Amino acid sequence: MQRESHMQQTQSTKWMTHGEAGLMLFFAMAAFVCAFAAAKALDAPFAFHASLAAVASGVASFAIMNRYLDRPASLPPEEISGKPNYNLGPIKFASFMAMFWGIAGFAVGLLIASQLAWPLLNLDLPWTSFGRLRPLHTSAVIFAFGGNVLIATSFYVVQRTCRTRLVGDLAPWFVVLGYNFFIVIAGTGYLLGVTQSKEYAEPEWYADLWLTIVWVVYLVVFVMTLVKRKEPHIFVANWFYLAFIVTIAVLHLGNNLALPVSLLGSKSYIAWAGVQDAMFQWWYGHNAVGFFLTAGFLAIMYYFIPKRAERPVYSYRLSIIHFWSLIFLYIWAGPHHLHYTALPDWTQTLGMTFSVMLWMPSWGGMINGLMTLSGAWDKLRTDPVLRMLVVSVAFYGMSTFEGPLMSIKVVNSLSHYTDWTIGHVHSGALGWVGFVSFGALYCLVPWLWGRKELYSLKLVNWHFWISTIGIVLYISAMWVSGILQGLMWRAYTSLGFLEYSFIETVEAMHPFYVIRAAGGALFLIGALIMAYNLWMTVRASEADVGTELALQAAE
Amino acid sequence: MSFWTRHQIFEKNSIILIAGILVVIAIGGLVEITPLFYLKSTIEVVDGVRPYTPLELAGRNIYVREGCYLCHSQMVRPLRDEIERYGHFSLAAESMYDHPFQWGSKRTGPDLARVGAKYSDEWHVTHLTNPRAIVPQSVMPGYPFLAQTEVDTAVVADNLKASRIVGVPYSDEQIKNAVADLKAQADPDSVGTDAFGKRYPKAVIRNFDSKAGAPTEMDALVAYLQMLGTLVDFKLYNEKANLR
Repeated sequence: MQRESHMQQTQSTKWMTHGEAGLMLFFAMAAFVCAFAAAKALDAPFAFHASLAAVASGVASFAIMNRYLDRPASLPPEEISGKPNYNLGPIKFASFMAMFWGIAGFAVGLLIASQLAWPLLNLDLPWTSFGRLRPLHTSAVIFAFGGNVLIATSFYVVQRTCRTRLVGDLAPWFVVLGYNFFIVIAGTGYLLGVTQSKEYAEPEWYADLWLTIVWVVYLVVFVMTLVKRKEPHIFVANWFYLAFIVTIAVLHLGNNLALPVSLLGSKSYIAWAGVQDAMFQWWYGHNAVGFFLTAGFLAIMYYFIPKRAERPVYSYRLSIIHFWSLIFLYIWAGPHHLHYTALPDWTQTLGMTFSVMLWMPSWGGMINGLMTLSGAWDKLRTDPVLRMLVVSVAFYGMSTFEGPLMSIKVVNSLSHYTDWTIGHVHSGALGWVGFVSFGALYCLVPWLWGRKELYSLKLVNWHFWISTIGIVLYISAMWVSGILQGLMWRAYTSLGFLEYSFIETVEAMHPFYVIRAAGGALFLIGALIMAYNLWMTVRASEADVGTELALQAAE
Repeated sequence: MSFWTRHQIFEKNSIILIAGILVVIAIGGLVEITPLFYLKSTIEVVDGVRPYTPLELAGRNIYVREGCYLCHSQMVRPLRDEIERYGHFSLAAESMYDHPFQWGSKRTGPDLARVGAKYSDEWHVTHLTNPRAIVPQSVMPGYPFLAQTEVDTAVVADNLKASRIVGVPYSDEQIKNAVADLKAQADPDSVGTDAFGKRYPKAVIRNFDSKAGAPTEMDALVAYLQMLGTLVDFKLYNEKANLR
């Protein structure tokens, strides 16, 4: 506020904002500190990461200066002729990165699926072995692809539903660029063997610290934009985004509390040990699913489905009940990852009970999403983007039924440690998170770049069917292999001996691993079609879009 | 005023909405996690569990680095087939010094909680170098580079120090002699073995990779694998006393 009035008084002279000057100095100092750390590093990966950080800080510092020199004396206005002047640049960047990381993550997924079918693909090298590539895959799809989709859509939705420009000039750019830098550090770290081995929280202490800074800025930008909204109510999608941002911060801090061996090395030791560490991990792990992959993407559902279907959200009251019960119940569900382990029974029972209850609010969300289509179901026939969004909600319903089922101890005794879990995760990840993200990006890209429609709806249709067949191959292969392996492990001969050696159960998995890889390949092909389609949408001039629309109508 | 009207306080005030979210998400975590730190029954009372030797800890860090936990669990469940396949079910006490825990979540390969002393060192070295040389149907990656890489001794003592700060009871003497102990455990002919044996009673001293020279990462990883699940003597374990 102060800055703006200041700007108005001195229209003719150009000043650096506090943010610009402060950040420029911060990054200049960071460049020196990181260069020093790189020189003094105790291990090669840390030296590499410190060098990367030094270069990135230097570039950031220069870019801020350069941007300042290029920009007009006053910052972009809040409104232009009475309409909010939305800030779309960082959203465009995050959307682009989402597509990029998505394809990278799906490709690595295909590679590691193939490694399980054909182990020679591990190449016997440290940085190409399954153990290092698997976290690369999970982080790339969850945090790089999903995270960029969430940041892009949340920045878009919060502006539109609050009818106000995003808070901050550099802050939104800091969030998207800083987040993607975290992804680079995390990903290259895995390849170099830098991991704290906590699933979905593998990045080491320095990456975690950096993410904490980025995340706090993200929260501040989001909340301050909410605070200055022009609408009396906070739209339901924003409740879910807020729950996602706040809870992920809490989970991140709790699960990553670690002591670095040295401030100049990559290794750290986590504060928690054994059984407590296991509980912390799955409190985090399951709620990464609950808040990153569910609450965040439900927010997308609550904005993009009504928008695309041109129908209001089905039930306001259902969204209130489903919001509070979902976030309350989810937090309890973690111990179902630790059934029959050395975690005390009372914790396991609590985890199972709440996981089963979680079925209800999950389906509350599904019903609210699907019923939004009331009176617009015919659009599923003509609009493949809406179809993708709706099918994602159907997959959400399916995997949130399967989840409670698998959290029942008796079922879990069979399913745990097998591919059934992998299949379950992927019906949620590919079907729900993947499809709702694709649908959102298909909506978002034409909006961001001011195009009337996508380059080709026909290609969306192809993407939809190829990916759907891929998902079906993937999850049915994993159901069969998971249940088969679980049954083989516990099979007894008539004389009371274990019937199968472990390696016989591994051998039996081979055909299913091949089918799974084929499913993954189809999903990747679908994403490549999408990338082409989006690229052509951005490149298309208005005239091209017009003819494409005419063609669609002719069909 | 109906419930729906009252709810508007959350819809119209972002700070109250944040506060509401924080309260609602705090409850489950607090109820499930905090008691694990003070309920005595959480971790069984058992003899034999000791901190890792420097060589084993180095091996454990390699196990973590290579992502072994992604395909191998270290948690035998109290189910008939698992006990017959792997041995006694795992106790919480057996991982009480594990920062982080390595229970795992997937068994693409078998559970390793009790793999210690089941196979020879030579079996492990051959298998880690090329799994299919021993088990033709295996889908495990090969790790030939472990035998060619020496253990980084510069950080050994610091690893013990950091572990002590987070709660592993290493003594001053153990930290001071960390590098010597690391070398002694992999070299039965060295002079340091007696002192090592005093600091880590019952720890196995062997040239795990049967190669002369400084300990390799293969030595460290095999030393770690060979001690897994061997610390507790289940003939002496009092199951009734630890019922919970």
